[in-house]
Amino acid sequence: MNLRMTLATTTRVLGQLRHDHRSVALILVVPALLLAAVYFLFENETLPPGFPRTFDRVGLMMLAIFPFVVMFLVTSITMLRERTSGTLERLLTTPIHKADLLFGYALAFSIMAALQSLVATAVAYWVFDLDIKGSPGFVVMIAVINAVLGVALGLLCSAFARTEFQAVQFMPVVVVPQILLCGLFVAREDMNAVLEAISGALPLTFSVDALKEIAANAEATSAMWQDTLVMGAIVVGVLVLASLTLRRQTR
Amino acid sequence: MSLSSPAMESSTAIRATGLHITRSRTKILRGLDFTVASGRITGLLGPSGSGKTTLMRAIVGVQRITRGAVTVLDRPAGSAPLRHDVGYVTQGASVYGDLSVEANVRYFGAMHGATPADAKEAIAAVGLASLARQKAADLSGGQFSRVSLACALVSHPKLLVLDEPTVGLDPVLRAELWERFAAMAAAGTTLLVSSHVMEEASHCSSLLLLRDGLLLAQLSPAELAARGRSDDLERAFLTIIKAADRGQESQVAS
Repeated sequence: MNLRMTLATTTRVLGQLRHDHRSVALILVVPALLLAAVYFLFENETLPPGFPRTFDRVGLMMLAIFPFVVMFLVTSITMLRERTSGTLERLLTTPIHKADLLFGYALAFSIMAALQSLVATAVAYWVFDLDIKGSPGFVVMIAVINAVLGVALGLLCSAFARTEFQAVQFMPVVVVPQILLCGLFVAREDMNAVLEAISGALPLTFSVDALKEIAANAEATSAMWQDTLVMGAIVVGVLVLASLTLRRQTR
Repeated sequence: MSLSSPAMESSTAIRATGLHITRSRTKILRGLDFTVASGRITGLLGPSGSGKTTLMRAIVGVQRITRGAVTVLDRPAGSAPLRHDVGYVTQGASVYGDLSVEANVRYFGAMHGATPADAKEAIAAVGLASLARQKAADLSGGQFSRVSLACALVSHPKLLVLDEPTVGLDPVLRAELWERFAAMAAAGTTLLVSSHVMEEASHCSSLLLLRDGLLLAQLSPAELAARGRSDDLERAFLTIIKAADRGQESQVAS
């Protein structure tokens, strides 16, 4: 690892994004707009007294799912371009270490994800009065970890795609099952044994779990930290797998 | 770099011995033996599909060698210490189109600890100083490929491997680049330049003629003209190829 090369990579990736105003705008604004849609979707629901609004549950989870989906897509396309344009091969003839490249990417997109979730969480909190007991700071933290998970999976999946079209097709394979089974649509305890087992092995489940802890408790719970730790371990594991797909030599 | 001693000039920068490369069952290189002298421009010439790019990729260490060996600056090709000393410019310009010229050169420079001044110098060297802040993708084809060259120059490599660097450049620019290469060689840099345009061969001090994965000959431009019985190097090369096809020329190992 070399800090100079890592930071140069982060600066470069952010520089590439900076020239792309439309993408930046989409990354920052779309989650907030979709949150608004969810809010108004459930605006007129009738609830028994004391029962939490659907928005408080679904909106909160969306805050963590957006960065995951967006960063997965952005990363897999960017990395695929890097592989096909020859810049990756060229980079790997320089002294850069694979870890510098991967962490450079992860850091750049984490910064974007942090900005994205700050905007989305602020809108949820102040515009739509998202009602959770815990600190919104923790929500942002989980969102950023999710984003890094998206980055790591995107880096890994880009190795198995030859074209951008294929890269996009990995979304239904990698992302959608996690959204379906994370506990957003059906609580995990109501799933059948097989689905629950699969759900328990998917990374997004842990972040949804952590968010439920944040929603229900004013202070950070040990269960939340445990979920966070598991997420962190998965992210590192996927990044290591992704680094194995970066080969300096082709056969 | 500019203080190269006479001993260094006569030394060997690249040595290939019995080099075979097979990619997905296709034999691309079929036993090459040659050396490339330090501080010179060596031309790698041959028709497209003859294995030039594969050979260059093996030299910079991104292509796995099936059999034989390539030694670069006294180390096995692709070994980690070489990554500071070997610059590689791929055939298609491998730079980031969505970054400015300057950002591209600085990024690749950062891998070698190059300063902003180094980046400025490299950009000026390829004649893009006035366009440094332009987005690379907005440049013309010839300018775009020079950004790629600047990204290699920024690290002041000891060995510069250039895959068809003059394709798509106008004659004025091509002449400028060859002058630039000659100046670099005079300062001690070793250059390996591939081309399928034979007229460029005259700029090199030594030529590797490649055909169908075999080394047809290693000679100087003057020797090529003599052996091919023509001052037109393209015609001379064709004569040698035809002779080889008739089996009158065997593979030459220098």
